[in-house]
Amino acid sequence: MDTFVQQLINGLTIGSIYALIALGYTMVYGILRLINFAHGDIYMVGAYAGFMLAVVLGFDANPSVFGFAVTLLGAMAIAAALGMAIERFAYRPVRKFSKMTTLITAIGMSLLIEYLFIFFFEPKPRSFPPLISNENHTLFGNATISTSQILIFVVSIFLMIALQYIIFYTKIGKAMRAVSFNLNSAKLMGINTDFVIAFTFALGSALAAAGGVLTAQYNPKIDPLMGVMYGLKAFVAAVLGGIGNIPGAVLGGLVIGAAETLVVGYGGYIGIPSTYRDAVAFAILIIVLLVRPAGLLGSNVQEKV
Amino acid sequence: MKNFFLAFSVIFSIILSSACVDKSANSGNVSTGSDTGDIKVGVYGDTTGATSSFGQSTKNGIQLAFDEINAAGGVNGRKLQMIFEDDQGTPEKAKTVISKLVNQDKVVAVLGEVASSNSLAAAPVAQEAKIPMITPSSTNPKVTEVGDYISRVCFIDPFQGSVMAKFAANTLKAKTAAILGDNSSDYSKGLTQFFEQEFVKLGGTIINKQTYAQKDQDFKAQLTQMRDQKPDVIYIPGYYGEVGIIAKQARELGMNQPLLGGDGWDSPELWKLGGAALKPAYISNHYSADNPAPEIQNFVKAYQAKFNVAPDSLAALAYDSAKVLADAIKRANGTDSAKLKDAINATKNFAGVTGTISLDASRNAVKSAVVLELNPAASKFDFKETIYPEGMTPPTASTSNTNTTMNTNAMSNTMNSNSMNSNTMNSNSTMNSTMNANK
Repeated sequence: MDTFVQQLINGLTIGSIYALIALGYTMVYGILRLINFAHGDIYMVGAYAGFMLAVVLGFDANPSVFGFAVTLLGAMAIAAALGMAIERFAYRPVRKFSKMTTLITAIGMSLLIEYLFIFFFEPKPRSFPPLISNENHTLFGNATISTSQILIFVVSIFLMIALQYIIFYTKIGKAMRAVSFNLNSAKLMGINTDFVIAFTFALGSALAAAGGVLTAQYNPKIDPLMGVMYGLKAFVAAVLGGIGNIPGAVLGGLVIGAAETLVVGYGGYIGIPSTYRDAVAFAILIIVLLVRPAGLLGSNVQEKV
Repeated sequence: MKNFFLAFSVIFSIILSSACVDKSANSGNVSTGSDTGDIKVGVYGDTTGATSSFGQSTKNGIQLAFDEINAAGGVNGRKLQMIFEDDQGTPEKAKTVISKLVNQDKVVAVLGEVASSNSLAAAPVAQEAKIPMITPSSTNPKVTEVGDYISRVCFIDPFQGSVMAKFAANTLKAKTAAILGDNSSDYSKGLTQFFEQEFVKLGGTIINKQTYAQKDQDFKAQLTQMRDQKPDVIYIPGYYGEVGIIAKQARELGMNQPLLGGDGWDSPELWKLGGAALKPAYISNHYSADNPAPEIQNFVKAYQAKFNVAPDSLAALAYDSAKVLADAIKRANGTDSAKLKDAINATKNFAGVTGTISLDASRNAVKSAVVLELNPAASKFDFKETIYPEGMTPPTASTSNTNTTMNTNAMSNTMNSNSMNSNTMNSNSTMNSTMNANK
């Protein structure tokens, strides 16, 4: 029993990170019908931004909650600015063309960020300094949870609640919902859609950066291609939950994270070796899409042709 | 929706192909390949990828050897020139850069790689072009099986795997072991197999076998599954990048067993990633920088002075491989590839920093291995014991403590100063263990 709980904690830890990244995919898709493939790399930029802030500001020397908070918020701010810049200079100019054009631009953007980082920061992995003192806490029996795991849960839950508040209880949130409902009508109603879109990118990027710093704190190794697999899995999570649907992204992330951990933990008993953990995420996606094409929580909207 | 999937497949193919993008690295200045000018030697390794400390150490070790040889007048009056290529630690790139070294730079011999998967990808190119390749530190047996132009100056995995199994069973008195291997590396797969064989032979049981893929970030799922079965030791035949994090996550899960590994752990980066979690832990390795023998200490000093960092075993092996090559060029009296190959393969009793190097019929060096204990507090590996391959008797007979060099040795009839080193190391080992017992 405690082993199962332990595996579940392990799975939900990664799942929370997937969920944070998936939120950005899903929000941008909800508003622009665009899969922002550079989003996984924003997650990586967030981790690097956190790394540099921690080193420059000297938080790596003496771990403290204050240092961690500053690093986290700083990384989120840097990523938000980058997200807005990408939207302004890469996506906005091509937005009036076909959706395919924007999509290809997104792929180009992703590769550009990855290889710029390889060029400037070297492809070798770096070790992220510990910013908080990491300890183990026993829940019951053998089940333990580490401080960095608790941090991941607390911060991601807080961010998700904050996001929910922004979307449903603020003016800009109302505008976001309006734009996602119908961009042109929203524009006719006097909503500054360009600003709303930029804000959405900033919000999504900040969440991804938070994910990046939290992961780096948990698994202290960062490299310029760390966002590729996480980005892909988060994208799967967003589609699984129903792309465009915010609670769906969270649910999808948690399901993927828990599923792949349980595969490693218990797959051996049913003949699935632990190496197939990545394959499982994609298998789940295919099965769910066959049964529910709109995703777990997505509503089936007829496509406008 | 259909469009969407089309787009998705396009994206996938682009992402996959991006992994193979060829960013041709610049090389040293290329001079004409004549019989009188500098002797050009190709070196390839990973200086920017996931195992970048391996390539950096290898490059440094070879540079030091070449500088020493050139300062002493070169080989047959000619200077050695290193042409280095970075393969970013991927087999595909390794193949590309060795082709460049062989076909474009026209090197007379190639030294590299560290990771067996990369050496395996590159070796056929050298064999095809009939250019001798000496790998300093690829331990997978398949590497030299590629052909007679491929040789190595290190021991191979069947020995390295069995060393750790012996250490676990005999010294640590372990009855059960779990293995967490890297599924994407030939090195790791080889070690897993040979550790298991030997450990079972010695009466132990492997109660859990798990794998991960390189670049994985989270190993807690595998470790949690192991935890319940309470293995006495955990064998992790991987590279330092993953190992540091695995150690950390194992300790976070409250698993305090000794962690065992191989030479893939040997990197200054390991301490940054794993920290205090790397205790208790032991690895099998090629040499110990603590060895007081003068050749080793001279090398350690020269290396430290030049690169401002202590040499790991990969640097020492690279240094030896360069010296073996220079020795072979001298004996072959030139750089004719067939003669050079024969001279390399005929290397016998070459006194290197990492021990006496004699190549056997399969062009593998038969040498002793050392077991090192990790000491994260000082960020260094402490010498624990020396383990000899079967058929190679330890220089000191167990019954006598005299430093006799007259000894039956299956590998060589003549003993040289290196066996003396091992003597010193052995007495050192006894000293260490007594000291440990006192603690």
